This record gives sequence, structure tokens and C-alpha cells, in this order.
Amino acid sequence: MNQTDYLKARFEQLQQEEPGGNLAAVRSKAFSAFERMGIPTVRNEEWKYTRISGLFNKEYTLAADIAALSSNDLTTYQLPAHEEANVLVFVNGIFAEQHSVIRSAGISIQLLELAAKNEYAPIVAAHFDHSSSYVNDGINALNTALLHGGIFVHVAKNKVIEHPVYIYHISDARNTPVLAQPRSLVYLSENTQLQLAETYITIGGSGSFTNQVMEVVVEKDAQLSYYKIQNDSADASQVNTTHIRQTGTSVVNVVTISLNGGIVRNNLHAVMEASHAEAHLYGLYFQQGNSHIDNHTVVDNVVPHCQSNELYKGILDNNATGVFNGKIFVRKDAQKTNAFQSNKNVLLSDAASVNTKPQLEIYADDVKCSHGCTVGSLDEEGLFYLQSRGIPYKAAIALLLQGFAMDILEKIRLEPIRAYVTELIAQRLTAESI
Amino acid sequence: MDEKLSNIEQTVLSDYKYGFVTEIESEEAPKGLDESTIRFISAKKNEPEWMLEWRLKAYRQWLKMEEPAWANIQYPPIDYQDIIYYSAPKKKATIESLDEIDPELRRTFEKLGISLEEQKRLSGVAVDAVIDSVSIATTFKDQLAEQGIIFCSMSEAIQHHPELIRKYLGSVVPVTDNYFSALNAAVFSDGSFCFIPAGVRCPMELSTYFRINAENTGQFERTLIVAEPGSYVSYLEGCTAPMRDENQLHAAVVEIVALDHAEVKYSTVQNWYPGDKEGKGGIYNFVTKRGICYDHAKISWTQVETGSSITWKYPSVILKGDHSVGEFYSVAVTNNFQQADTGTKMQHLGKHTRSRIVSKGISAGQSNNSYRGLVHVGKNAANARNYSQCDSLLLGDKCGAHTFPYIEVKNKSSVVEHEATTSKVGEDQIFYCNQRGIDTETAVALIINGFAKEVMNQLPMEFAIEAQKLLAISLEGSVG
Repeated sequence: MNQTDYLKARFEQLQQEEPGGNLAAVRSKAFSAFERMGIPTVRNEEWKYTRISGLFNKEYTLAADIAALSSNDLTTYQLPAHEEANVLVFVNGIFAEQHSVIRSAGISIQLLELAAKNEYAPIVAAHFDHSSSYVNDGINALNTALLHGGIFVHVAKNKVIEHPVYIYHISDARNTPVLAQPRSLVYLSENTQLQLAETYITIGGSGSFTNQVMEVVVEKDAQLSYYKIQNDSADASQVNTTHIRQTGTSVVNVVTISLNGGIVRNNLHAVMEASHAEAHLYGLYFQQGNSHIDNHTVVDNVVPHCQSNELYKGILDNNATGVFNGKIFVRKDAQKTNAFQSNKNVLLSDAASVNTKPQLEIYADDVKCSHGCTVGSLDEEGLFYLQSRGIPYKAAIALLLQGFAMDILEKIRLEPIRAYVTELIAQRLTAESI
Repeated sequence: MDEKLSNIEQTVLSDYKYGFVTEIESEEAPKGLDESTIRFISAKKNEPEWMLEWRLKAYRQWLKMEEPAWANIQYPPIDYQDIIYYSAPKKKATIESLDEIDPELRRTFEKLGISLEEQKRLSGVAVDAVIDSVSIATTFKDQLAEQGIIFCSMSEAIQHHPELIRKYLGSVVPVTDNYFSALNAAVFSDGSFCFIPAGVRCPMELSTYFRINAENTGQFERTLIVAEPGSYVSYLEGCTAPMRDENQLHAAVVEIVALDHAEVKYSTVQNWYPGDKEGKGGIYNFVTKRGICYDHAKISWTQVETGSSITWKYPSVILKGDHSVGEFYSVAVTNNFQQADTGTKMQHLGKHTRSRIVSKGISAGQSNNSYRGLVHVGKNAANARNYSQCDSLLLGDKCGAHTFPYIEVKNKSSVVEHEATTSKVGEDQIFYCNQRGIDTETAVALIINGFAKEVMNQLPMEFAIEAQKLLAISLEGSVG
């Protein structure tokens, strides 16, 4: 049985097991979209530089037995200060309640399939699968079609969630290659605050492929901070869609840190649907070996008076390849938009490469938009300055790179996470400078 | 302010002053395209067998290709069987001197502001005039020949310099490069050929003037410039067409070969008929332009794009040789319903190659103006350097400005920078001018000229003035 047949059988099985509800229709629609479009190839402009079709030659197992994982397996991978955090665990793409801990009042978590039927049904109906209108490809549709064990996170009105929410995605690839398809919908009601930190772990050596879709709705006066840390093993690939809708005047701060992995593709969307909303998108990628990192961001200014800032910085070593594609849309009526975007890259090796495409599409005249991008190697003069003060060549390089990364690291406002990521980078730089 | 704006918006667009039709008897190929059309063109031009073969090969490739759809432009499908692929003014024999040109034709060019006579006597610009499909006259040929420079029409070159044509034609833009270049290769009817021998600095500006005249025709010209080692040439190109309600296709190819230490400067003022205010009619300008630089060579593209209902054009430079330089300066203006998707490609292959891109887009009315550019730095292009700047200016809230820069870097010692901004003409700037007694219309023209200056400065003197006027005309009445 080839992979597509396998996925199809799985889809039919799911439709039988969990029929009814308004999600069934969305899922069927998504499945036919998947059948029509298939796995994106490099002929698709959005996938020009990222080749994932090869990943599907593997025989993945979907939703493998999640009971095999014990809580002991997890302890090794905990993020710092997890004792103080709400913890959500996905195993092989399926929400694992037994490993999850909720400490804060005001936050409720349940299966998406359930939320689609109870009092949250209107929210789910309004926002679930909104991302599909922004990524028109088979891979996003596949996640929706095979929705199973996804979660709905609801933050009640006027609640500030003190404890951050840590989300772990564990792929248990000890026996067979795993295809994980986590799905979540996060809803921040009016006047709330939420901090999210998310990380990905593959256990075992059979390889994993994570196809994640996360949709976030941010209502009026809400604040979201979202930190994504990608530091998985070299045979762990992922396609990651984070779709944020700012339906009210709100502030969103997203930092994506990509340090390792096989082929990693991040789609990050900020759809600004309310005036005076703010979005800050930051990213740092530091890749070695044969890894491939692809950041596709979309900032869609639908209404006037919105502001967005975007800064992505990348360091590429060995045979690593980096892709950045930043789109800023300013719709017809979105006057007084301020949108800024910048992408800076450092290449440390001649075998490394970067493809960047900062893109503006502007349909309103009273706007301030700019984008810029640079690719280069480290500043010779800076290196010379440090060396002239007795700092060895390699240590000087490490120091400069640390400074380069600092711009992004300081945007992480969750102290333990910032310290953790800073340490990861420092370790790597020390290893490089030896 | 609002009331004032609407007043200004009511100001009627000045008419396209090149929109007249000249009544010249012309000889046309039957409508439609198949192998017999190509044989007809080839026979008309009395071409050798190898040329016909080359065309047929291109045609067969073209049949297998698909029209590109990736550009940010919209147009109804083109019926390639509804186009006349060859149209030539009838009374043409081989012309020895300018006096032999059809007086009607000569008047046409005078109307266009290119008096062939006058050019000959005064300005020191050698002109090759192409109307519809054929080259009408080339001036200053003899003087140029003294230095060994060949400047003639493509059909003449095929007759008299077959060895050069066989060597270089299609060497930069291969037959199968893209849909429109394949079509051009199959049916091109004329164009200019220019050859500068080693070490010669061309003493005057060379210029080609293109004019579409006949109805329902497509114009497919092909220009080839070969600059031998150490030579220099500056080349100008201008184009106009009559006002017609239906769209006409223009699919040209320009190839430049700059051998070691040669320098070629290519300037275009493109002013094809842009269609009327409702977006009816106008020229589809689907052009492939590319140059190749060998060691220490330099190619510089400068373009002022004000016409055409649709522009699809990416003058590119392949920086093959070490220390070669590529430049691209562009001002693209769109108004009413015009669409432009234009930019450049800089392929850095050699070591120490440098490129510079300055693109200024101005959109007004309901037009869309896109910059699409590629900077590619190959694995072996050590110390490559690129700087790109693309700025957009929006006049009015119904137009769009877009940038699609592609940057691909595969070498760590290279430095690539890209910057882009989008802005509008500030009310404070206009107020400042008004305060000093400059009316709004003039103020906007002033600001736009300042915006485009960096590019305009690159144009040769004769062209710069014309281009500046053109800019003002294209945007008249669109102040917002």
C-alpha cells in the first residue's frame, strides 16, 4: 500500500469512527482538496526551494500507539521551569491527557472534536480551518482531513494566565517512522494574556514527520506571546502552520527559534482584522549539517491603522540551506498601515546557501512599508578588532555570532525560555569555536 | 483638500500623442501561424536554409511550451491564430540613401520627433528605424563602417554577415528560453544588428526606433549586439504605436554579448500605446532581454517604461566572467489600467562580479506595478557583490505596488543587499510647494522627477529630456 492509499484508508476509518458534527464536512472537503493537490512539489511557487515530496517515500505510521510512552520518557525533555507551567503533551500528534497538567484557572482545554459539539461550537465553526484560505496546498488539507486528537484551548474573558503554557510534541519513533499531525485551536477572549512555549522531540531513530496546524484567535485587548523552539533530531522533519487571527485590537509577539531538524518548514500568518492591532514576528535560525529551514510568513493588513514588525535572522553552516519568504499584504482600505520587514543572513560555509524573497503587495497609498534583506559573511573589521585585542579568531567569530543572535533572543520575554535558548546557542558556538 | 483632489482627478489625461496611423500600403502575411507562415517570412526575407531551420526548430519547441502564468498580470487569452505575423511597408527596395524612403514614412518619423534627415546632419545619433516588421532605414552606416562597426538591420546581417549571426544569434537567449522568446525566434521579421570590433569605442549613440503601424499585427523584432574585447557602445531604443481598441502583441528579444573588457550601455524609452482610460486597447509588451558579460565586461540596462497596457520584461545580465559588472536602472510608470511586471535578473557566476539594481515604480489610477527581480550568486562567485533598491510611489488609493525580489546565495564571501520602500507623495511636500507658488500639478511632477532622478541620470542626454517629459505626461491628471 502506498502512502496516499494508506492515508485514504485512514481517512475513511476516521469518518466512520467519528461521524457527525460540523467537523465531518470540513474534513471531507479538506480530503478532496488533498486528493486534488497532493503533496506540494517544487513546481508550486510557495514550495520552490523546499522539497518535501521525498519525505513521503517513507512508510509512516499515523497515530501509533501512544500508551507506549511513559512519563519517565518525558522527564529528559522538559523545558526549564516546567513545574510552574501548564503542560500540554501531544504524542504522535494526538493530545495525551495523562501527561498534561493544567495549573491556571481561566484556561480550559478539551478535544477539538468535543468543542465542536458543546457551547464552544460557534467559536470552532467560525475559526477552525481558517488557515486553509491562506495556505492552498495539500499538506495543510491533509492535517484537517485526518483531524484526530486535536485540542481546543479557551482562555476565559478578563483572565491573565500567569503560568505559561508549555506544549510538547513527542514523536515516538522507536519502532516505526511516525507521521504526527497535531492540530489545535487557541482562543484568547477579550482582555486576556497568554504565553505559549512549544517544542518538538523525536524519540528513537526511525524518523518522524510532523505536520502541524495551529490556529489562534486573539480578541480585543488580548495579548499573546508565542515562542516556538525547534531543536529536533536530523531525521525529524516538519511542516508547521501557525495561523493567528487578530479579530480585535490586540498585541501578538511570536518568536521562532530553529536550531536543528531535517527539513523544517514554518508558515506563520498574522491576519490583522482590527484597527490598531500590533504584530511582532521574530525568528532566528542557526542551522548546521544538512538541515533545511524554510520560514514563510504572511502579514495581512485587512483594516487601517495596523502595525507590524518582522525581523528574521539566520546563520547557516555546513551544507545547511535556509529559505525566507516574507509577504506583506496591504488591502485596499488598509490605510495608515506601518509594516516593516527585515531578513539578515550569515553564511559560514561555501556549501551553505540561502534563498530569500521579501515580498510586498500593496493596494493602499497612505502606508509606510519597507523591507530589506542582506546576505553576507561576518564583518571583517569587527573580527580584526576583536583579534587585535587578543581574542582568538574562532572565539571572535562566536562572539560576533552571539551578538547577531542577541537581537532576537532578547525578544523572548519568558525568562526561563530565554535563558534556555541562549544556553543552547552558546553551547553550539563553543563547540564551533573549538 | 478633498474637493481639490477631485478637481485634479477630473483633469483629463493628456492624449497619447503618438496615436496616429500612417496610411502606408503594406504587404502582409495571412493571419495565423503555422509552419507555412514561417516559410513565408523566411522566403520573403530571402533567408538561407540554416535560418529557416533555426526558425522551424523554435516553432516546434514553442508548440510544446505553455504560456507563463506566474506574472502578476491579468489578460484575456491571446489568440495566436488571430495575429498577422508579418507586415512590411510595400514600396521597399534596397535603399541607398534617405531620399529614397517613402515620403509618407519619412513624415511619420518626423511626427515622432525622429527626423531621419536631421538626425543625420545634426545630432550624431545613428538611427535604425523599424516600422511594423521591417527596418526602414539606417543612418550613418558609412561613417560607422570606417571604424569596422557594423550597424544594420537583422535581415541585412543575415545576408551579409552570416558567420556572426550563426555564432551569436540565440547564444544568450536560447531558442527554447521561454514561451515568448521561442515565438519570437520562430517569426521575428527584423531588428537591429550591431557589431563593435575589438578596441573600438563607438563614436556615437546607436539607436533603434520601433513603430507598430498596421492593424492586427504583432511585432516581433530581434536585436543582437556584439561587443568585441575592449569595445564600447551606447545603444538607445524607443517605441510607439497607434491608438487602437484591440490589444496588439509585441514580443521582442534583445541579446547582448559583451566580451572581455567590453562595455555596453542599453537604454530604452518604452512608450507603446498604453490603452485608453477604460483600459481598452494597448500593447502587450512581452519582451526578453538578456546580456552576457565575459571577464571585466560591463552591461548596463536603463529603462523608462511608461507605455504598454501590459509590460512583462526582465532585462537580465549573466555575469559569467570574473570582475564583470551588471547594472539595471528602471523607472516604470503605470496609470489607468496598465499593468507592469518588470525587473531584472542578475546571475553571478564569475568571481568578483558586481551588480547594482535601482528600480523605481510609480503607480497611479487603477494600475498595478510589480517589481520582480532575481539575484543569484552561484557557488563559484567568490566575493560577488550586489546592491538592490526598489522603491514604489503610489498616487491614489486604487492602484497597487508590489515587489517580488528573489535572492539566492550559494557563496559565503558574497554580500547581497536588498532594500525596498513604499510611500506616497506627502501632503506636506505638496503644501510646501503650494506655499511657494507652485501649483499642485507641477509640484507632483517635481516630486516624481526627484523620485526618478537616480535612474534618469543614467540616460544619455538626448533621451533624458524626452523621458522626463514622458513621465510628466503619463501621470498628468493622476495627482492624489
